Amino acid sequence: MLGSRRVRPLVLARDLHLRYPSGVVALAGVDLEVTRGELVALVGPSGCGKSTLLRAIAGLVPFTGGTLEIAGKSPLDARRERQGDAFVFQDPSLLPWRRVADNVGLPLELLGRPPAERAPAVAQALAQVGLADAARAYPDELSGGMKMRASLARALVTRPELLLLDEPFGALDELGRRRLNDTLVALWERDRWTGLMITHSLLEAVTLATRVIVMGESPGRIVASLAIDLPRPRPLDGPEGPAILAHVAALERHLGSAEAPR
Amino acid sequence: MSPLGRAAGVVGPPIALFAVVVLLWELLCVALELPPYLVPSPIAVARAGIEHADTIAWSTLLTAAGALAGLGASLVLGSLVALAFANSRWIARAFYPYAIFLQTVPVVAIAPLIVIWFGTGFASVALVALIVSLFPVISAATTGLTRVDPQLLDLFTFYGASRWQIMLKLRLPGSIPHVVSGARIASGLAVIGAIVGEFFAGYGADEYGLGYLIIVTSGQLRTDYLFAAILASTLLGLATFGAVSLIGAAVLRRWRSREIER
Ligand SMILES: Nc1ncnc2c1ncn2[C@@H]1O[C@H](COP(=O)(O)OP(=O)(O)OP(=O)(O)O)[C@@H](O)[C@H]1O
Ligand SMILES: [Mg+2]
Repeated sequence: MLGSRRVRPLVLARDLHLRYPSGVVALAGVDLEVTRGELVALVGPSGCGKSTLLRAIAGLVPFTGGTLEIAGKSPLDARRERQGDAFVFQDPSLLPWRRVADNVGLPLELLGRPPAERAPAVAQALAQVGLADAARAYPDELSGGMKMRASLARALVTRPELLLLDEPFGALDELGRRRLNDTLVALWERDRWTGLMITHSLLEAVTLATRVIVMGESPGRIVASLAIDLPRPRPLDGPEGPAILAHVAALERHLGSAEAPR
Repeated sequence: MSPLGRAAGVVGPPIALFAVVVLLWELLCVALELPPYLVPSPIAVARAGIEHADTIAWSTLLTAAGALAGLGASLVLGSLVALAFANSRWIARAFYPYAIFLQTVPVVAIAPLIVIWFGTGFASVALVALIVSLFPVISAATTGLTRVDPQLLDLFTFYGASRWQIMLKLRLPGSIPHVVSGARIASGLAVIGAIVGEFFAGYGADEYGLGYLIIVTSGQLRTDYLFAAILASTLLGLATFGAVSLIGAAVLRRWRSREIER
């Protein structure tokens, strides 16, 4: 009876295959387990299928083989029934004709929640990302960093249990990106949702994540998983600096072997 | 620079060029002793314009009414057709070739047919203006409704948005910049359409517009009068285009959108 004691992972992929209608095989045998409360970073060479994996988990693109479950449900059922897991895109993807508050409230609106329930949730989400003052602004009045904060608030407004982030702050400058990462980690430490985040910066991955997964290309599958068991915060010039760099070096080696032989 | 100074910077050069051309034209007419029925001098044109000011003004108003009626109809009809196209691939495939037909059919060829079917007068003039200006609206609105940021589509899908919600909250508002730019192109065409319509449909009608005036004055070799009518047509086209552009800019501001470059 030992087996039943094991916590069931929130995201479970077994031998996952995904072939686009165009014939491109983006995922070929992905095995992945994400436990509740983990903050997992996903790295890999461009085009290896990271975004595809995330979109498959989100139920946005159908997989073509193997199994994929979110809390024991198919991605599509999970999306319909769990109502409020969240997806953060690389671009802020705000609707320019809506005020920030109305952009942040969009998920609740689409899910059919009444306005009386929406308003406090929106206010809380905006406060969490430090945008309370910008509620009535339009997106074109915000800086790039503030737009991304609004996008993050929109993801948090449903109080998600699973947060999927596809290179979320990739369009920002170094400083803005670090600030948003700090905000993200602070929110995660407080609320302990489960995060799966694509990034192309190994240092960012090691600094943020509880675990880093390395994907390889041709075929798209996971080639390594590295637990990052370091105290936080993890500044490079702190006592953990050497350990952080050692992890980055290890990831670099894995990535080197992940590149397809040419 | 002050707004007045900026306005002067925009309209100053073309007005100066106009003055130079008119001066040269006058000098050439005098120097070469051109017969006035071939090329009337600017002074003769101005004299004819003042002498027939009432008729020209009334004709301009009538043509403007025909053009605006046609333009309004093509905005409504074009948007409805685009909605149908965007909602059904089948309808789009079946009807799109005929929409292109609208653009390629020479209006001079079908205007007589319209007179046979609908008689002379305002309705036929507006109908020709509608036919000529419809395609840009259909094409721009269809593009606006179907070309949506895939990330936004993912976002709406992720939160379980219905087709109806996607249409109402994403596609329709997102298509506004396209419709505005389509309307601007259509506005110039509608004036041309109204004038061409009057070439045919103005005959025998109780009221006649610039197109009819152009036909009559050219038939009588009253070239100075003809030039005045042509000038009025040009100004009407410019004024319509300018008015639609101004309204379009206001709409774009309201929707916080940018002009679509085409
Ligand atoms: N909608 C699609 N239809 C067909 N093929 C696609 C589609 N989306 C992605 N692909 C292909 O699938 C493969 C994996 O793409 P994916 O976007 O998942 O990679 P990625 O790891 O996210 O890359 P990047 O780091 O550049 O974002 C690529 O070969 C890509 O061309
Ligand atoms: Mg990607």
